[in-house]
Amino acid sequence: MDLDIVSLAPLAVLLPILGAALAFVLVRRPKAQIATTVTTITLTLLLECLLLAATWDTGAVAVFIGGWEAPWGITMVVDRFSALMLVVSSAIVLAVLIYASAQGITDQDQGGPVSIFHPTFLILVAGVSNAFLAGDLFNLYVGFEILLTASYVLLTLGGTGPRVRAGVTYVVVSVISSVLFLIAIAMIYGATGTINMADLAVKLAELDPDVQMVLHVMLLVGFGIKAAVFPLSFWLPDSYPTAPAPVTAVFAGLLTKVGVYAIIRTETLLFPGDRVNSLLLWVALLTMIVGILGALAQNDIKRVLSFTLVSHIGYMIFGVAMASVLGLGATVFYVVHHITVQTGLFLVTGLIEQRAGSANIDRLGGMAKISPLIAILFFIPAMNLGGIPPFSGFLAKIGLVQAGVGADHGMAWALVAASVVTSLLTLLVMVRVWTRSFWRRVEDVEHPPAKLVLALEETEARRTGRDARPVAIETQTKTPTRADTKVLTKTQTKTQIKTPTKIAKGPARGMVYPTIGLVAFGLAFTVFAGPLYAFSDRAATDMLLRTPYIDAVLGPEAAAQAEQDLGGLEERGIRVPDQGNSGPGELDSIRGDSEGHDVGDSTEGGQP
Amino acid sequence: MSVNIVLLLVMGVMYAVSIYLLLERTLTRVLLGLVLITNATNLLILTMAGAPGQAPLVEDGVDPSAYTDPLPQAMTLTSIVISFAITAFMLGMIYRSWKLGRRDEVLVDTEDVKVAEQSSFDAEEDAELLEEPSEFLEENEDPNADYEHATAINPSTGALAVRHRADGTVKVKTDANRHLPGSGRRSRHEPEEGEHPVGSLGHDDHLPDEDERSGSPRSRPRGRDPKDGE
Repeated sequence: MDLDIVSLAPLAVLLPILGAALAFVLVRRPKAQIATTVTTITLTLLLECLLLAATWDTGAVAVFIGGWEAPWGITMVVDRFSALMLVVSSAIVLAVLIYASAQGITDQDQGGPVSIFHPTFLILVAGVSNAFLAGDLFNLYVGFEILLTASYVLLTLGGTGPRVRAGVTYVVVSVISSVLFLIAIAMIYGATGTINMADLAVKLAELDPDVQMVLHVMLLVGFGIKAAVFPLSFWLPDSYPTAPAPVTAVFAGLLTKVGVYAIIRTETLLFPGDRVNSLLLWVALLTMIVGILGALAQNDIKRVLSFTLVSHIGYMIFGVAMASVLGLGATVFYVVHHITVQTGLFLVTGLIEQRAGSANIDRLGGMAKISPLIAILFFIPAMNLGGIPPFSGFLAKIGLVQAGVGADHGMAWALVAASVVTSLLTLLVMVRVWTRSFWRRVEDVEHPPAKLVLALEETEARRTGRDARPVAIETQTKTPTRADTKVLTKTQTKTQIKTPTKIAKGPARGMVYPTIGLVAFGLAFTVFAGPLYAFSDRAATDMLLRTPYIDAVLGPEAAAQAEQDLGGLEERGIRVPDQGNSGPGELDSIRGDSEGHDVGDSTEGGQP
Repeated sequence: MSVNIVLLLVMGVMYAVSIYLLLERTLTRVLLGLVLITNATNLLILTMAGAPGQAPLVEDGVDPSAYTDPLPQAMTLTSIVISFAITAFMLGMIYRSWKLGRRDEVLVDTEDVKVAEQSSFDAEEDAELLEEPSEFLEENEDPNADYEHATAINPSTGALAVRHRADGTVKVKTDANRHLPGSGRRSRHEPEEGEHPVGSLGHDDHLPDEDERSGSPRSRPRGRDPKDGE
């Protein structure tokens, strides 16, 4: 029964592609198109939930496409980590999709080729799913290319000047990273004669250490560009902010995480061992610090968020470089938490932009008065990102700190210190955005956008009661008309002067609900942190052991050989956290329990 | 594994040329660089297949090592298709960039420049406030009056609006309409709206726009809206 569901795994890629084809056909019927897209994603999400449920206990399962056995055919592998990533990514995508559809409806005046948005979006989802499911390097490459090509289109949607400018940088950098990855694949194939990841896990270990080093670093550089780790992160804050809010949201949530996913696979499955771990620790440290310092200098909320995104990739690399169950488990949790929170923040920024007409914190003010709901929706994920105690951001960070303290060497301590500092600076950045755009009075703002002033007046009129209303409406029609005629350039259309009241209209419900949903989803990680953390630790143990994955793809003999090459976790000096003597008691006891039961599980998996 | 030296040399030259081209600012050259670098990589994959041999169609009685390895060919085909798609897309973008700006170059990010140029001093965040021990200061005695961000327009007293500029100068403005209750705030915004027009955030977009309209009537971008810059 379990196997039946898992053998449907390729549908996670196929469904979105078929949906995209259908959505292309329905180009002229926007409503049918939206319905198709939403249905497709919902179905994919359901399928992925089933996959997660199937792998929750059993661990890794492989699907051989066309019945071609492992080293020869195309393999798709669902293990705990990839199933979790699939579910979270589809959930995010669903929320963003609903949001985008609602925004498309409210922003109809702004034009733009909305008709290609939905099919492209589905292709992006297919690419992401393919990358998560890929069992061989070339299929991973194809997954990357599918999602990247879709992302090129989404980033330059509408083809405005700034977007084309940002798009050029993005496309060139992405293509170069893909080429690096492809070169690495070619070389790996030349050296080993296989590109199946499980097969590689066995065969790469037989290569000369220097050759291994070259291949390893080439893969890491390719993935590092996609994941935006420090020296390779320059392109991200430059290109993401110009895209429409929902696009940026899904890029920020998913695309870099696909890079992180690939790095995790490289580090655990293909090249285990601590060959480059000290390098990764440095990279993590610099990513965190440089990223967050960049965020401090920005004034545009989207740019601030892009820089914090870069900065927080550093946390994930930190956990990977620890190469311990604690560290990797925390990374898995962190990735999931960060996808949700970062996407949520970008969606809220979209709401702010729509309500106030700008996302520049120098021009914003009084938003808390205009829309307390947006204020709350921004506040919760912002605090979550900053790592304030009850939230999942705190739990993820404490897990990493625990791992760092457990590793107990100089660099690990430096990383612990850096992660605490980065956390504080993130809080500072978020509070700066919050106080400026939500708390300060709009009178203090130098150039408030006309939309913001209008919205504020409308709010005040509503608050002071009905008597004020006629006056308010009068001012509404007057003020912007006078202001607008002054600044009207010839290119502006006349319809805007005629309908000034429309400017002050709030965001559609369709935009607010998915945002609420995402924020709630982020909060759910806090509430269910215990089971989720236990699951992350199990996923991390699976990945560090490698045997469940190799066993699923190549059978027990290869797995036994891989284990022979490397030794068990304890022999490799990787601490399995079943002592549970540090950190918050409740969480730890949950984690301790699950660990005990889990190690038994995975050895069982290795034997049959 | 035997290697074809000619293929290797060609590949090396292609990589060298493509890297040179990719470092240019001109988009067409960057595109050529991308084409070359992907094709050089295709050659690399082919080289990795090892010595050429018989076509990989299984026949009886042929030694398996006599066949060419088909997998790299499949990979090369895939990557050719991908690079084809990307080339087409890049061409589209270059054309768009040319239509928008009449420039075939990678442009500078205006937001980046703005951030780089901003002063490290921010009146609102960094100003040192003088200590004021008394709770009952008169308006004009308040040592920090300058920092109270022009919020002090009080319709009844008619106090001056003092505004702190980013460059450190202080702008003092009397408001003609300040005696009209409720209208003070709005009228104060008006001149600023004029200084900073709604559509002006897009900066240099306006000029090319004019160009286009004079060029051909159909070239006006569909998805553009003066509000986009915000």
